[in-house]
Amino acid sequence: MSDRALTDEREGAPRPKELGDAKAAHRPGEATHRRYQLADLVEDRSVIVCCGSGGVGKTTVAAAFALEAARRGRRACVVTIDPARRLADALGLDTLTNSPKRIDGPWPGELSALMLDPKGTFDDLVRRYSASSEQAEGILSNRMYRNLTGALSGTQEYMAMEKLYELAEEGSYDIVVVDTPPTRNAIDFIDAPRRLTRFLGHRLFQFLLMPTRAYLRAVSVATQALLRTISKVAGAEIVQDAVTFFQAFEGMEEGFRLRADHMRKLLARRTTAFVLVTSPRADTVDEAGWFADKLNESGLAVEGLVVNRMHPSFTSTPEGSRTQPLPQAPEGSALEALVENLRGYVAVNQREEAALAELVVQVAPSPVARVPLLDIDVTDTDGLGLVADHLFSSDSGGARPTSTALA
Amino acid sequence: MDVASFCRQSRVLIVAGKGGVGKTTITASLAKMASSAGLEVLVVELEGKPGVPAAFGHEGSLDYDETVLESLSDDSRVRARRITPDDALVEYLADHGMKRISKRLVSSGALDVVATAIPGIRDILVLGKVKQLERDDSADLILVDAPATGHAMTFLSSARGLLDAARSGPVRSQAADVVELLSDAKRCQVALVTLPEEMPVNEVVETAYKLEDRIGISLGPVIVNGCLAEQPLLETDPAEAAEQAGVELDQPVQEALRAAALFRTHRYQLQAAQWERLESELPLPQLHAPFLFSPRIGPAELERIGFDLAEAVGRLEEYRES
Repeated sequence: MSDRALTDEREGAPRPKELGDAKAAHRPGEATHRRYQLADLVEDRSVIVCCGSGGVGKTTVAAAFALEAARRGRRACVVTIDPARRLADALGLDTLTNSPKRIDGPWPGELSALMLDPKGTFDDLVRRYSASSEQAEGILSNRMYRNLTGALSGTQEYMAMEKLYELAEEGSYDIVVVDTPPTRNAIDFIDAPRRLTRFLGHRLFQFLLMPTRAYLRAVSVATQALLRTISKVAGAEIVQDAVTFFQAFEGMEEGFRLRADHMRKLLARRTTAFVLVTSPRADTVDEAGWFADKLNESGLAVEGLVVNRMHPSFTSTPEGSRTQPLPQAPEGSALEALVENLRGYVAVNQREEAALAELVVQVAPSPVARVPLLDIDVTDTDGLGLVADHLFSSDSGGARPTSTALA
Repeated sequence: MDVASFCRQSRVLIVAGKGGVGKTTITASLAKMASSAGLEVLVVELEGKPGVPAAFGHEGSLDYDETVLESLSDDSRVRARRITPDDALVEYLADHGMKRISKRLVSSGALDVVATAIPGIRDILVLGKVKQLERDDSADLILVDAPATGHAMTFLSSARGLLDAARSGPVRSQAADVVELLSDAKRCQVALVTLPEEMPVNEVVETAYKLEDRIGISLGPVIVNGCLAEQPLLETDPAEAAEQAGVELDQPVQEALRAAALFRTHRYQLQAAQWERLESELPLPQLHAPFLFSPRIGPAELERIGFDLAEAVGRLEEYRES
């Protein structure tokens, strides 16, 4: 990775260091005078990974990060895998291709977006690691290979990693923001490269390759039974497909394994930041907390928390609280309806804050940005700009949503 | 329409929708509504997540073995279980006289091999199990909490895909059975869940047409979750409302009341526009589930949503008769 991203060493900002593998020991904001903010990540980092459960607005947040980087003069690219094409919607594009597409707008930097084509990315990878074009064609035309991207869990995630790695290394961008796929298990994203390697190295495949190596007699009775079972359930042609597939891949595992190691290192660099995105709902907050734990176990840290679509509390004043308690209103009066409505929102906001409290402590001292439920749907770059304004407002570290969300 | 007859329209109801729209909550609420109407309900969860049991006040995740979540009487209960592809494969093999090898096949990761060779096999195993439950008459209503769309489309189209791919064997006949189940409106329907917002509405319209055209599955009503109730009184200005009520309000309180009322009214208008758009783009009846001012769904919330859904079902008939 180049040093381009490392020029801005502002006071208080976490200082990215090249190839900082000792990330586990690194606490963002450590020994600084000012708490760092999400904006610092946008200024300093070269890779931002947005993660969290499905439906929390990861795609929108990732796009807003990239937009903000472009607004700050950086060359930014956002990568997403999204069958529902939400990023395309949010960026006002009809389609995205597997190579970044530039989006023009009134910002000093550059903004590009890419919607991942996992199949095409995998094809490229196969071509890269094949010893010959014959081997590549053999794999690309194999029926089992054609199913691989759709069927093997983690393959999409792996391809997202692959694309991220490619873009980060290639040097056309100062910052690459990646929106992780809506996996059932958010940690899949990090595990994906290793999983594919494991898949390719599966004992069963080793066995499937054996007949061609004339080791047939060495096969254990149990394994033979396993294979018979597969043939019985799925049909004999399946087994034949698998044999061909693994024959075709022979000799390529090492290349994949090396690549997986490089990707792992990219994630561990100090120039890479993980941003956790959640909704304020208790169940997604629980999942986010679990994900933060998993990241930590992998020696990676959450360096920012985005709580998307929080209900406004309407109670913020310059002094921080209302001066008068809510009045008792006669039953059935308009005032009662108004008071009940405000009470409802205040209660929701308080419960949302309560649901978040533990997670906020867990990711501390990482900054927390609360994006209020907007009264528009984010469907274009203006909408994204509004989200970015909330994410990167001057005091995003502790900003509470206020009724300005209504303006 | 009478709630019990509504719930008996098809034995299997698959609840689908994109992530974050509250599919699990709606699944649990439908279960609540159906059991309250005297049906025996079985909820099938495909990922073993804790949402459904939590909504009924139970701790922990679902297991392959059934849990009784609620028991109103001997024949109107809510039972729930998990069916993952691994679960279904083990059972399938056990049923086909391969019990000894089944656990090993799963633990060795061989399912990954098979699944890669035959895409959709996981989904077929799960749906095949659902079909078996339906055939066994194991409940009046089987509610399936489907994976998020994207996944759901794949999930439901896998059977047809496999019919083309698998040339012979038990997998093929399993796929044929599943296709038969999915294309019989009396046996199986899909209830799509969405939110009254731009993108979720776009997505549900798109999914609905795909499901009908590509899979030939019958669609039940669309359930619009998180709907605010209309509250015309909120249009009164707080100052005026205070005067009417003979109460004095200082400026910050007035401002807060005004802002909250405006916010709510604005969200209500957005939502009403989406209801209308959904109605014009998708000719399916809508059931509106309430927005609740509470972040966690427990028994009280479930009761409320189940009640509102039952009311909405009650109004369906009037809507159709008029």
